[in-house]
Amino acid sequence: MLNTFDILETIRMIQDECLDIRTITMGISLLDCIDPDIDRACEKVYEKITTKAKDLVKVGEQIEKEYGIPIVNKRISVTPIAMLAAACPNGDPVKFARTLQRAADTCGVNFLGGYSALVHKGFSAGDLALIRSIPEALSVTNNVCSSVNIGSTRSGINMDAAALMGEVVLESAKITADRQCIGPAKLVVFCNAVEDNPFMAGAFHGIGEPDCEIHVGVSGPGVVRAAITKYPDATIDQLADVIKKTAFKITRMGQLVGARASKMLGVPFGIVDLSLAPTPAVGDSVAHILEGMGLEQCGTHGTTACLALLNDAVKKGGVMASSNVGGLSGAFIPVSEDAGMIDAALAGTLCLEKLEAMTAVCSVGLDMIVVPGDITAETISAIIADEAAIGMVNNKTTAVRLIPAIGKQEGDMLEFGGLLGSGPVMPINRKSPAKFIARGGRIPAPMHSIKN
Amino acid sequence: MRAVITVIGKDTVGILHKVSGICARRGVNVVEVTQSVLQDMFAMIMLVDISGMTSDFSTLADEMSELGKTESLAIHCMHEDIFNSMHKI
Repeated sequence: MLNTFDILETIRMIQDECLDIRTITMGISLLDCIDPDIDRACEKVYEKITTKAKDLVKVGEQIEKEYGIPIVNKRISVTPIAMLAAACPNGDPVKFARTLQRAADTCGVNFLGGYSALVHKGFSAGDLALIRSIPEALSVTNNVCSSVNIGSTRSGINMDAAALMGEVVLESAKITADRQCIGPAKLVVFCNAVEDNPFMAGAFHGIGEPDCEIHVGVSGPGVVRAAITKYPDATIDQLADVIKKTAFKITRMGQLVGARASKMLGVPFGIVDLSLAPTPAVGDSVAHILEGMGLEQCGTHGTTACLALLNDAVKKGGVMASSNVGGLSGAFIPVSEDAGMIDAALAGTLCLEKLEAMTAVCSVGLDMIVVPGDITAETISAIIADEAAIGMVNNKTTAVRLIPAIGKQEGDMLEFGGLLGSGPVMPINRKSPAKFIARGGRIPAPMHSIKN
Repeated sequence: MRAVITVIGKDTVGILHKVSGICARRGVNVVEVTQSVLQDMFAMIMLVDISGMTSDFSTLADEMSELGKTESLAIHCMHEDIFNSMHKI
């Protein structure tokens, strides 16, 4: 039987503590759209996406009403487009990007991810052309997201790809300089990318996934923050327990929404991503959870330990709440999308080096960080390599989403608006890694990659 | 199939009547009501059976939140599954 306390708790979580479902993401395989004629391929891609996802937004809105829970985004992820581009070597891959945008517009989704290439061991047909076209693709589209996987624990780090991605990120910022350098905000460089990620900008539909499926990404930093502030004198293990219980409730809601969406759309249920995803809204910050644990400001000494505790407790609580866990699962630390992180960066408490340490224990990596516009491509590549090394050695997903603020310096801000928020330009180390990056080649996989 | 309707706000005359009026018009059967008035604040939780509902769920939810707006109350109408899944193992 339902009790009054539980009912009011749920309503309080939604009304006052910003609890929401961040996204329901439909993964769609485009393998059956491959065609040597690029125009024909684009036509098939458009047809397939708009057929499979035609009811996605409608069903999302219906579920919002039914359960009284906001579903902030409806998204689509597709097979890495480099695989389709491989079949038409003479075609311009940007045609695919325009097609994806058209499909996203027709379906009414917020983002569509999968303008991607997986090159962790090397480039195959289509990969280089697609990667080189990313700046243009992100400039001529609004809702299309791109990602490139340049390393993995099993295969090592493709340093040629890391070098190339430094140039791509910088170029992408330059050609969108008149639009707050928005290009690279839609581009993620991964190590150990996952195939069933519902979160943007890094979502793509892996080749091991079924033809079509539904993933759910939950959110709820505000709920966790509210829960731990109720226990100002709790010990650390008691705190971990409080977070686990809260994460369980948040994830159960994700499981319910995912199961319902899957039934209504007649599509298999993929995974729930056990995530704490912040937004720039007041009371929806991961940094504020860490501060609630007892740090004066996020970024000070102790931040990595607090984040490790949070990330682990979120997973432990969430894993029992869902039958299908996957995606990135953990706490996200995107700087521009988190009010507490923005404040900490502005105050100088949170620096790039600390963020890098935090990525060793959070769910992903260096995310939505604005860097000075005069940064060199080699420095970006070196940051990517550092981050990929953390992922490779620690058997975890890491990623880099840096936004070079063209024409801006430390202390200036970029304003993206919406979920992407706004970010202060953060200082970087100015010594050059150019010679290291110019070497090229591959960092061999670590010893523990040999598991069999 | 059941839903939970919660009404929170300043106590005024006829709140229960208006909410249950909408239920009656939509073929929604009120199963259980708990309410409390603390000073001038009113909190009511109503468990309703929606299996005989004559409209779809969104219409009922919309109508309830409209009533909430005109009466300056917070009225939520949510499927009971969300509470069951969040609070029961």
